[in-house]
Amino acid sequence: MKRAFPILAVLTAVLLSYALYEALVVAPTDALQGDVYRIIYYHVPSAWTMFVFFAINFVASVVYLIKRNLKADAVAVSAAEIGVVFCTVVLVTGPIWARPVWGIWWTWDVRLTSTLVLWLIYVSYLTLRRFASGGNMPVLAAALAIFGALDMPLVYFSIWFFRTQHPQPVVGDGGSIDPRMFQVWLINWAAFLCFGMLVFWSRYRLEVTRRDVEQIQAMQSLAEPTRTSGALR
Amino acid sequence: MSKGLTRATLVKDLRLEWRSKDAINSMLFFALLVVVIFSFSFDPTAEESRQIAGGLVWVAFLFAAVVALNQTWGRELRNHVLDAYRVSPAPANALFLAKALGNFIFVSVLEAIMTPLFVVFYNLRALGPAYQLPVVAVLGTWALVVNGTFFAAMSVRTRNREVMLPLLLFPITIPALLAMVEATSAILTGELSAKFWIVLLGAYDVIFTIASLVLFELILHAE
Repeated sequence: MKRAFPILAVLTAVLLSYALYEALVVAPTDALQGDVYRIIYYHVPSAWTMFVFFAINFVASVVYLIKRNLKADAVAVSAAEIGVVFCTVVLVTGPIWARPVWGIWWTWDVRLTSTLVLWLIYVSYLTLRRFASGGNMPVLAAALAIFGALDMPLVYFSIWFFRTQHPQPVVGDGGSIDPRMFQVWLINWAAFLCFGMLVFWSRYRLEVTRRDVEQIQAMQSLAEPTRTSGALR
Repeated sequence: MSKGLTRATLVKDLRLEWRSKDAINSMLFFALLVVVIFSFSFDPTAEESRQIAGGLVWVAFLFAAVVALNQTWGRELRNHVLDAYRVSPAPANALFLAKALGNFIFVSVLEAIMTPLFVVFYNLRALGPAYQLPVVAVLGTWALVVNGTFFAAMSVRTRNREVMLPLLLFPITIPALLAMVEATSAILTGELSAKFWIVLLGAYDVIFTIASLVLFELILHAE
């Protein structure tokens, strides 16, 4: 498994540079928006990657609650952190594009608002992890992750009924997009997904190592008092 | 689920509250402060105040409810009552239901007292079907307290107890809050139908009541 890490790293580097070239040079310029539209090659793949990681977080949380496997919890926290990073990228690149095209930085439209709420829910998840102490924290966090996942459809429907302005999805039925553009999208998605997985992997290993260190320290501190009390005697 | 435990805990909480009036007094005063402070932020007598009144009312209730919710489990930490619950074979659901019902009663009392004040201060009159308002109030209050009671049980386990509850509760409650505010505004202005929002609130209540009852045992027994 460890040998796969450098392979993934090299693959990510190659894919990212190829995707950058495709997005900035090869992809045709948009007929109406000009070059500014090219940010969607970062915006949309980041959003897809974000959903992948939040889905991993949800599955890992359920697995943790059923099996009580601490590795599942390490997967959950790593996935949530990477998901929040990609969600932040989505929330930042969106306004950069919206300003020249819509004329405004932000609007309280369904996709924007529900993405923001999603971000809030996962930031509160990470905050809970930060402030909950000791052994009960993974259980509390996993329960919150399930609540968040249950909440998302309700968030989406409620805000959808509230208002809508975001460009309709161009993938799927009725969309009109140059097939060349779509291809560049997929390449970028593959690149970002690989990058995300690479960071996720490092984060996961860090989390597992951190727990091992904690355990060793706990064992040592258990061993120490007997030694000192022996010396005192 | 044992009804006896639910009833016993509920009666105990109500009796404690009746004698001390801790939660209700702090909630009432807090909500009153919110009403007064809002009146400085928005012109309360303007005709448009009807448009924002739904938001004001529910935000005031939400903030005030957090005050009561924070006290839910703190009381059980003293003398290790919660630990006793944990080692007893009593079903966790019964305890949760008692706490949620208790909070529901406290927040309902608060709403019953505060609503006339809102009507007077903000010069409110429902232009739409007023009979829907109690439905919205019951569904909305339950949405707040069912999640609030659950997250209070979580936040009581964290280092920054009282601060943690709103941080957990507010993001998850956003759809319910939106539904309450929109339904109330729709009824007050009489321009739109509140049906969609009432159905959404009902769905929210069902989903999160089930989720809380299923997951509460895990939270209680997390050591």
